[in-house]
Amino acid sequence: MFGKLNWHSIPWDQPIPLIAAAIVGSGILAVLVWTWRAGHVPYLWREWITSVDHKRIGIMYCGFALLMLMRGFVDAAMMRSQQAIAYGNPGYLPPEHYDQIFSAHGTIMIFFVAMPFVIGLMNFVVPLQLGVRDVAFPTLNNVSFWLTASGALLINLSLVIGEFAKTGWLAYPPLSELRFSPGVGVDYYLWALQISGVGTLLSGVNLVTTILKMRAPGMGYTRMPMFCWTSLASNLLIVAAFPILTATLAMLLLDRYLGFHFFTNELGGNQMMFVNLIWAWGHPEVYILILPAFGVFSEIVSTFSSKPLFGYRSMVVATMVICILSFMVWLHHFFTMGAGADVNGFFGVTTMIIAVPTGVKVFNWLFTMYGGKIRFHVPMLWAVAFMVTFVIGGMTGVLLAVPPADFVLHNSLFLVAHFHNVIIGGVLFGAFAGYNYWFPKAFGFRLDERWGRRAFWLWVGGFYLAFMPLYVLGLMGMTRRMAHYDVPGWQPWLIAAAFGALMIAGGIACQVIQLYVSIRNRKDLVDVSGDPWDGRSLEWITTSPPPPFNFAVLPNVTGEEAYWGIKSTARDNGELSERPKYEAFHMPRNSPTGVVTAFFTTALGFAAVWHIWWLFVLGFLGAWATFVIFAWRDENEIEISAAEAERLDAERRNAKARLLDIPADQPA
Amino acid sequence: MSDQSDLDNDRAPGEDSGGVDIRGKMVTYIVGFLLAAVLSIASFAVVHSGVIYGPGIPVALIALAIAQMGVHLVFFLHVTSGPDNTNNVLALAFGVLIVGLVLIGSIWIMGHLDHNLMPASMPAM
Repeated sequence: MFGKLNWHSIPWDQPIPLIAAAIVGSGILAVLVWTWRAGHVPYLWREWITSVDHKRIGIMYCGFALLMLMRGFVDAAMMRSQQAIAYGNPGYLPPEHYDQIFSAHGTIMIFFVAMPFVIGLMNFVVPLQLGVRDVAFPTLNNVSFWLTASGALLINLSLVIGEFAKTGWLAYPPLSELRFSPGVGVDYYLWALQISGVGTLLSGVNLVTTILKMRAPGMGYTRMPMFCWTSLASNLLIVAAFPILTATLAMLLLDRYLGFHFFTNELGGNQMMFVNLIWAWGHPEVYILILPAFGVFSEIVSTFSSKPLFGYRSMVVATMVICILSFMVWLHHFFTMGAGADVNGFFGVTTMIIAVPTGVKVFNWLFTMYGGKIRFHVPMLWAVAFMVTFVIGGMTGVLLAVPPADFVLHNSLFLVAHFHNVIIGGVLFGAFAGYNYWFPKAFGFRLDERWGRRAFWLWVGGFYLAFMPLYVLGLMGMTRRMAHYDVPGWQPWLIAAAFGALMIAGGIACQVIQLYVSIRNRKDLVDVSGDPWDGRSLEWITTSPPPPFNFAVLPNVTGEEAYWGIKSTARDNGELSERPKYEAFHMPRNSPTGVVTAFFTTALGFAAVWHIWWLFVLGFLGAWATFVIFAWRDENEIEISAAEAERLDAERRNAKARLLDIPADQPA
Repeated sequence: MSDQSDLDNDRAPGEDSGGVDIRGKMVTYIVGFLLAAVLSIASFAVVHSGVIYGPGIPVALIALAIAQMGVHLVFFLHVTSGPDNTNNVLALAFGVLIVGLVLIGSIWIMGHLDHNLMPASMPAM
């Protein structure tokens, strides 16, 4: 009846996960009960859970990523504290638990923090910047989000019911094969990633289609803001790379469930093929994450330097070159596997070449700042910290791209320091910059600057304190993923790194306080103009927060920096542009398809992990039936009348007139 | 949102023409299905019937596979060379490029790995 699932699947003998789960579980329960008692459930269901509005979905993605960031950070804090004390003693985490922690940390941080954060930002910003009313497939967008959440739920379930993978975040065979990992940990990993991977692929398809097919009139490719370009490149990579991940994990699933031998030691299996394929996905993946961050910084550097982006076209070319090159470097993740000097040499060179377009970008940002009137608001601080940090991380990356050097540093803490240096210093700083930059657009009030600065300094300082020692430790020969060690020289550096993690914890605390303080003081921080930073692209032409349909009339784009052009014209003429002709239009209806599908896929994944086959079939049929019912619905749109559009747009036009200090429209 | 102008030329078989020509669509889908089925059956026949010279079988299979892809692209994915089809053609080119890179790269890498990691007891290749 319940497959492998029984009373002993819950780790009653391990206090740490049990207590953690109890605290988190009661916290979630308390929030749920409070939401229910306060009567917010219908509102949440109507306006958020079933919403097909790209802005709402983007916000949910980002909120989800912030939540999972804390979950992943708890793992990080446990690792740093364990290693700080585990010299000559086993520390407080038994090895099999420690192995689960570093596996969960990597999996969560990449798939459920970095990915949702950048997808959330792209979802929120891209349609606004393109001057359109929604993404190409609004309901699919909602399905993508809930499938991602479904995967995350499975991973978090593994904390209490069963165990998580002990194989590292990429689950290399043969360790991840049934023979060496007979538990359910790897199955949790595989099903969670398969389900959320479908969500990621769908949102990639969605955003590519949106950017290629839906732009405001006049918004040619070379007039798109840089963030749209990097989003296009990133989503092309999603569409091209995620099927490789799905296929590779599917082969491992076949090995584990049906006795296949794709990656086993015996019977013709080849585990090196797994490593090859997973990195054919894995390397594009890091560019999927970093390219949108590059876009965020391009927008922020240009806005806060009060200048157009330097070298727009070279930036576009660099972005697309990175998009292609990212598929030509994957072997540098396994130089040491033995492909030989020819192959290693080729991939070493391609890896170094990819630093060239990245360098072009860094110089473009610097020249954008040069001679500009720079305003150091919180997003700009993150951008500057990014440039310094990312260049350091990029240079250690080029160092690792030299195969002989890689033979020395492979799998050492030097590598760990390098990829945290580029992922935290690039992707996460980009996410935080974007969060501070677009928050007023999303909610209609700015985030508190003072707490934002405190969070910034603690995060950046903490980052350097936590990860620079790891470079040193790597050069001293410390390998990654060690639960304990007996080299006395390592401990001082690991203690320093633990203090770095503590500083980052302070940074996270400041971010929580920043959010709380900002909500409390929202009256003082309110953004009435819809353009709090003197922005240049189309998201700032509409109100903050934008109406569900973004634009009553699609803006007419006549050049690069569409909004800046319209704003300058209005300022020069001393009057707003002519009042447009309003027409009725249709917006998609909200739909519970996503959340219902995710309910069934979660059941499906859980059933597959525990071999509960009747539930597996039920989950599959349920998800399929949901799709069929959705496809057969008759009414899928609501109409916004011309009068309604005109009324809302009149408010916006008056706000813009006040912002530019020019006369408002006369009442018609 | 759909401000796509009606382009009646250069339409792939089965591509949505905006009108309700269900019969026409059905016909093209059925033709596509039949072609795909024939090509699949032909692949099995090539292997089992012995009609083709033995060493030529892989080449025949590759040719049939490429024809199969063509049928899918034209009849089910509606890729044409028409001017309104630039995005589809570019997407196809990008897809072919990436598949080519991953495929050739993997074969190259795995070939070298197998060669270098041959157990010492076995004769070198």
